[in-house]
Amino acid sequence: MVEEEGFRRYVAHIILWIGIAIVAFPVYLAFVASTQDNAVIANGQMSLLPGGHFFQTYYQTIFVGTSGSTREPVGNMMLNSLIMALLIALGKIAISIISAYAIVYFRFPFRMPIFWIIFITLMLPVEVRIYPTYKIVADLHMLDSYAGLSLPLIASATATLLFRQFFMTVPDELLEASRIDGAGPFRFFWDTLLPLSRTNMAALFVILFILGWNQYLWPLLITTRDDMQTIQIGIRKMITTTDALTEWPIVMATAMLAMLPPVFVVIAMQKLFVRGLVETEK
Amino acid sequence: MANVTLRSVRKTYPGGFEAIKGVDVDVGDGQFCVLVGPSGCGKSTLLRMVAGLETVTGGEIDIGGRVVNQVEPADRDIAMVFQNYALYPHMSVYNNMAYGLRNRGMAEAEIKTRVEEAARVLELAPMLERKPRQLSGGQRQRVAMGRAIVRQPKVFLFDEPLSNLDAKLRIAMRVEIRKLQRRLNTTSIYVTHDQLEAMTLADILVVMNGGQVEQVGNPLAIYEKPATTFVASFIGAPPMNLMSTRPDEIKSQLGSAGEAGILGIRPEDFVITDQTPAGGVALSLIVEAIERVGAETFVYGSRQQEEQRVAATPGELPPGEVIVRIPGTEAPGIGQTIRVAAVRAKLHLFSGDGRKRIEA
Repeated sequence: MVEEEGFRRYVAHIILWIGIAIVAFPVYLAFVASTQDNAVIANGQMSLLPGGHFFQTYYQTIFVGTSGSTREPVGNMMLNSLIMALLIALGKIAISIISAYAIVYFRFPFRMPIFWIIFITLMLPVEVRIYPTYKIVADLHMLDSYAGLSLPLIASATATLLFRQFFMTVPDELLEASRIDGAGPFRFFWDTLLPLSRTNMAALFVILFILGWNQYLWPLLITTRDDMQTIQIGIRKMITTTDALTEWPIVMATAMLAMLPPVFVVIAMQKLFVRGLVETEK
Repeated sequence: MANVTLRSVRKTYPGGFEAIKGVDVDVGDGQFCVLVGPSGCGKSTLLRMVAGLETVTGGEIDIGGRVVNQVEPADRDIAMVFQNYALYPHMSVYNNMAYGLRNRGMAEAEIKTRVEEAARVLELAPMLERKPRQLSGGQRQRVAMGRAIVRQPKVFLFDEPLSNLDAKLRIAMRVEIRKLQRRLNTTSIYVTHDQLEAMTLADILVVMNGGQVEQVGNPLAIYEKPATTFVASFIGAPPMNLMSTRPDEIKSQLGSAGEAGILGIRPEDFVITDQTPAGGVALSLIVEAIERVGAETFVYGSRQQEEQRVAATPGELPPGEVIVRIPGTEAPGIGQTIRVAAVRAKLHLFSGDGRKRIEA
C-alpha cells in the first residue's frame, strides 16, 4: 500500500476515528452505566465518567443476580450459555466434517440426492421449523437440558458445504499416496485430512461459537427453569420488571459480561481465523 | 524383487471410453521399464492400474507371480512417486517417509534406521525435521523418492516425476533416479512424455499411442528400427523425416521397395554431398532456416516437389519440409540449394498407412 501524504492521511484517520467512536460509544456508555448507582440512572443524571460501584455491581451480577423474584446469578447464566455455545460449535464442526468427508470421498447410492438434501436445509433455519423441532425435543424429554439447547442446532449445511469445498481442493494424489502407504479411510481422515483442516476448523469455530452464544429464540422456547436460562434470555428478563425499578447497572453489567466470551474467542483465535480464511497452500 | 507382467490389460470407463485397448508387457526382475507416449495415450492410466488406483476391466496384472487385479494398493508391495510429489504437507520430511512404515506396524527403531539410510542416500539428512513447504522442488522430489525407497517395495512406479522441475534439475535427477534404481535393483515402471527421458532411462521402452502399445523393446533397437511411423517420429529429436514414396524423384531412386508408401530418414543420417550413394536416396533442398545449437546444426530445407501428406504423427513436419542435422557450425546460407543424401542402410520404409515397417 502506498503511504498517503499529509492532509489526505489526516482525513482518512479522522474518518476511521469517527467510525470507531460510533461503534465504541454505546459500549462505553453501557460500561459507565454498569458502574453507576441505579438511582442516578433512574433520575436521568448519569455522568459520562465511570461511577464508583464497579466491584459492588459486578459482584452482585455474577454471584447473586437481580433483587427481583427471579434471582439467577449471571455467572450461572454464562456457564449455561458457554456450554450451549461450545456444544453447538464443536458439534457442528464434528458432524459437518464427517458428512463432508462422506460426500466428497465415498461413492454410495444417493450420494448427490443426500448432498442436495443437506444443501436444501440451508433454507430451513430453526425459525421456520420451530414447531416440529419443539415437538420432537419435548417428546424426547429434552426440555430444560443442554442436549435440548444444542442438539437441534447442531446440523449445519453451511459448515458441511465449507468443508466439502475445502476437501475438493485437497489434491487426489494425497489420498492415493495414503492408500499406497497403507492408510485406510479412517487413517486418511485422521492423519491427513483433519490436520489439513485445522485452520478451517478454527475459522469455523469462531463463527459458530458466536452464533451459538447469540442464540435467543430457541433457548427462550425450551428453557423454563431459571437455572437453565442463558445469558441472552436473562438480560431480557431483567429488563421487564412488573412492579419494581429496572436495575440498569446490573443489566448493563450483564451485557458487558455477555460480550466477553465472544471477544475472548475472537482475540484468541484471530491468527488461525485469518489464516483459515486466506490460506491457499496445501 | 519381482517381474511385472501385463496380460491383455484393458480399461474401459463406465461411459464406454476405452482408455487401454489390450496391453501386453513383460518387465523382468530389476528392469527399468519406461512407458512413453503423447498425452492422452493411456500411459498414466496403465501405471495407475498397476498401482491399484484404477480398476482393471480386462486382462491380468501380475506382480511377482501373483495376480493383483483385486488387491488393494497397499498390499501390492509397490511404491509410487507422483508428479506433484503428493507429500503430506503437515508432516515433517521424516514423518513423510515414516508414515507408510508406521501404518504397517513396523518397530520405531527399524523405521528410524530405514529413514536415516534413505536420507543419507538422497542427501536429505539435514532437513529431516522440515516441512515440505520449506523445501525446494528438487528436495521435495527427493523426499517423494525417499518415501518410496524406505518401503523396500517389489516395484517402483514413477508417474512423470520430473516434469515439475526445471530443465537443469531434471537432467540431474534423471541420472540420479537411474543410479538409484541400478543400486537398489528394484523393478521400476516409469511414465513420461519426454522421449529423451525415455531413451536414457529405459531398459525396456514401451511406446504407447491411443491406448495401445506401438512398440516394445530396447530403446536403441526401437530407435534403429521403429515399427511404425508413429514410433519413428516420436522417438528421436528432431523427428524423423517422413515422406511419401510416390513422387518420381524418390520412386526412381528406391526402385525395389515398391510396396512401401512412406520413406523415413533421420535428420542425422543425411550428409551434404553431390553424389548419390548406390541404393540410397538423394534430395535437393532449398535452405529455409538454420538452427545452430553448438555441437550440431539443423538445416530446415524444403523440397521443390509438391509433397503429399503422410500418415499423421506427432511432431509432424509440414509436407515437403526436411530437417538435416550436420555436425559443427558450418552451414549453407539461407536460400541456397543443397544436395543431401542418405545411404541405403539408413532408410526406413513403411507401409502406406504407416502401421507397418517394411524391411527392404
